[in-house]
Amino acid sequence: MPLSVTESVSIRSSEDVVRMRQWVRARAVGIGFSLIDQTKIVTAASELARNIIEHGGGEGHVHLDLLTHNARNGIRLTFEDKGPGIADIEQALKDGFTSGGGLGLGLGGAKRLVNQFEIASRAGEGTRITITRWKGT
Amino acid sequence: MERIPILKMGEFLLITIQVDMHDRLAMTLQNDVTDMIVKTRARGVMIDISMLDMVDSFIGRMLGSIASMSRILDAETVVVGMQPAVAITLVELGLSLTGVRTALNVDKGMELLRSSIERKEANGAFVRD
Repeated sequence: MPLSVTESVSIRSSEDVVRMRQWVRARAVGIGFSLIDQTKIVTAASELARNIIEHGGGEGHVHLDLLTHNARNGIRLTFEDKGPGIADIEQALKDGFTSGGGLGLGLGGAKRLVNQFEIASRAGEGTRITITRWKGT
Repeated sequence: MERIPILKMGEFLLITIQVDMHDRLAMTLQNDVTDMIVKTRARGVMIDISMLDMVDSFIGRMLGSIASMSRILDAETVVVGMQPAVAITLVELGLSLTGVRTALNVDKGMELLRSSIERKEANGAFVRD
């Protein structure tokens, strides 16, 4: 299903988050996403990349795949870190839950902005979150 | 050091955010705004975000704290020029920008600041000498 080779960037600082946003935006524009679709995937990506810095041990990677399915284009992003992991995923997805100083909108908010959201996490080993957004939904 | 410029226009401060913001820049801006309010005795702060193509919870939080800090320093804050796609995304994200006043553009923002300051003075709230 992927159209292209996976591309990856590493996330270590908030400058990396800014660069990643521009990269995701450029790919979304490239496959014909509307302005609203672009904004949603970029915002979700920003929340999840920031999570890597704040909760994921401060370092991780983002992988990007361009997809096509039934003549429809999409973007899949995978966020990986080797941080402490998330003990209670259900709780972490609730609005208002935060283990840091934030508003606790990151995970739940990012989930609402995309079509598919998968999360795998193991205490002490890290977290992998995969999001997919399709064009025009 | 990279910073976001703050312009003084009469009793107001005008900030146009034109760059994709990272943490340090946001922190510097908060400090600069509060310093400028005290130094210039500004009564209002207008933040133009029409150039921002995305507002995530981090930037939203920063706008909220500038508004709260300014309020404590007796200055009103209004955020102007949010792009429609950004507004739609913010709502879905779950960020309502509570406590942050918004206006469609700079003109409307200016009106809002003027009228809220007049109202404050008419109510006999703290008036500066």
